Amino acid sequence: MDKMPKWADVVLIPLISLVLAAILSALVILAIGENPIEAVNLMVTGALGSTYGWGYTLYYATNFMFTGLAVAVAFHARLFNIGGEGQAMLGGLGVAMVCLYIDWPHWSIALLAACVGSALFGAMWAAIPAYLQAKRGSHIVITTIMFNFIAAAFLNYMLVNVMRPQGSQDPATARFPEAVHLPTFQSMFSTAENALFRGAPANISFFVALLACVAVWALIWRTRLGYEIRAYGHSETGAVYAGISPVRITIIAMLISGGLAGMMAINNVMGEAERLVLNSTEGAGFIGIAVALMGRSHPFGVFLAAILFGFLYQGGAELALWTSIPRELIVVIQALVILFTGALDNMVRMPLEKLFLSLRKGAQ
Amino acid sequence: MEAFVTLIQVLDSTIRLATPLLLACLAGLYSERAGIFDIGLEGKMLMSAFFSAAVAAVTGSVWLGLLAGIGASLILSALHGVASITFRGNQLISGVAINFLASGLTVLVAQSWFQQGGRTPSLFGGGRFEPINFPFADALSSVPVIGPIYSELLSGHSILVYVAFLMVPLTWWILYRTRFGLRLRAVGENPAAVDTAGVSVVGLRFAAVAICGVLCGIAGAYLATALQAGFVKEMTAGRGFIALAALIFAKWRPWHAMGACLLFGLLQAIALRFQNIDLGGVIIPVQVMDALPYILTVVILAGFVGKAVPPRAGGEPYVKER
Repeated sequence: MDKMPKWADVVLIPLISLVLAAILSALVILAIGENPIEAVNLMVTGALGSTYGWGYTLYYATNFMFTGLAVAVAFHARLFNIGGEGQAMLGGLGVAMVCLYIDWPHWSIALLAACVGSALFGAMWAAIPAYLQAKRGSHIVITTIMFNFIAAAFLNYMLVNVMRPQGSQDPATARFPEAVHLPTFQSMFSTAENALFRGAPANISFFVALLACVAVWALIWRTRLGYEIRAYGHSETGAVYAGISPVRITIIAMLISGGLAGMMAINNVMGEAERLVLNSTEGAGFIGIAVALMGRSHPFGVFLAAILFGFLYQGGAELALWTSIPRELIVVIQALVILFTGALDNMVRMPLEKLFLSLRKGAQ
Repeated sequence: MEAFVTLIQVLDSTIRLATPLLLACLAGLYSERAGIFDIGLEGKMLMSAFFSAAVAAVTGSVWLGLLAGIGASLILSALHGVASITFRGNQLISGVAINFLASGLTVLVAQSWFQQGGRTPSLFGGGRFEPINFPFADALSSVPVIGPIYSELLSGHSILVYVAFLMVPLTWWILYRTRFGLRLRAVGENPAAVDTAGVSVVGLRFAAVAICGVLCGIAGAYLATALQAGFVKEMTAGRGFIALAALIFAKWRPWHAMGACLLFGLLQAIALRFQNIDLGGVIIPVQVMDALPYILTVVILAGFVGKAVPPRAGGEPYVKER
């Protein structure tokens, strides 16, 4: 018997966790001598009050959708992929190679190729930890953390020693050619008399991220492989008994996860920066953890959580611009969300379960 | 002779750089030996680095700073304990949250206290741990070979360096020669057995997590008040994770932990001094040095060179049977 109705598990618990995180964040803002209500007002107008704000919010949300989905897919196989950051860095390398070393006639073909390239590079970076977990039993959390650092060093090497254009001091690649520049929301939605999303980085990869959400939903709940991944995540012994190979599922789930994290690069590298720079991921790989936890590993939940974090990021940038609250406030909020929805889940869950049980007893 | 001087300088810098790693590594050792995985070492060090530097800057006393740092780190430890022991949450996720919490809060509080872009004012005088000079260090420094080793390498570090290295035999003794140590190791392998023997699993684990907090606190304070003079944003720079790597490299044993931390400290010292290394035509880029601790750890984890087996009950919350 379930202790709680399903809606409470899916909606109520994340909501309560979010409220707790918000209350604590408000206390933090109070403690540093600012007004939390004013701060929220500023964040809302800055992030959602104009198409410019929305353009940034959706740009960040696109990043977080990819990394959130990456973490979510791994969660379904009960794997904790903390290496989204490194996989996204390598994805950026894949995008840069596709865009710089091949002449593309049109951005649409280049985008397809960049999707493949970034997913391949991201998956490749997840493949070694996956293999080590599946075959050698090395803990995937530790190996993926190590691979984040190795990725950072590798990218640093590639940018400084290999891909940096001659005569440039900046550790970055050359700018991508005009032909591979992706259409931004500004060019897609603006009319002659009414410019929308002016100067905002949101671009067509937002729709690729939406497609990825749908694809992950179909994969997890509508295919045999998805069923196997969920079965393995639910009970390893049960899955083995049903003839599901743990090695195969671990490796496949991690490849998909790494591929999704890598695909983030079509947004931040190809869509926004239009060249590969150091630290292009800006921690988005880690935000994926918060997004997946908040979204309960469901693609629709990930979508909503990604929009929420997109709003927080853009709102936080506005706060840093207009008040003395630094951008790091968002990192604190992110930590609180991870804490309440992830580690302290039982703290919210246990009293709720008791409440529902007593309600049920009262009804009988 | 010049090569010898360089060697001494590199080794001297190795000891300085290995100290925070060693303290954090031993911190993780207590926690993980008791069955509580801790990937929040980095966050605890960072928190302590900030609060030790901030309090030292305000009061002018480095000892008060050290206390504040340990206190801040202990608070995060308590959070980790509540999440992973009391509420049986996921220890890894709790660690991730603690790292972010520290990374955000330190800058936030630093900005609101000092308005210097997320750093503390520079420490001087009593706000820093001064090097301790051994007796006759100056007099002996001109003696060939032994002189520089004594006066440069062994003498002239801050007290926390000696504390860190003394913690190694102490940890060994506690773990392998005391009742508490036996129970601590047992609770990481088979908590049910410890519980059956009438010893509190929760109490032991909280004790281990608290020791971990104290050591991380000292590590952070060392970074901000001895190695450098003040706190800067993200100053731990992944040291908590290198310490974690060293812990695995050492297979959760104290003496080996010292060896691993000295090795990783040496790599940092070499990377700091030489940048790209030219080995007779083959150039080793500095990034290889940066990545080497992590690569070595992955190799060890993969079990190709001696398998690293973590404590058996590590990461599993203990549920008493009813």
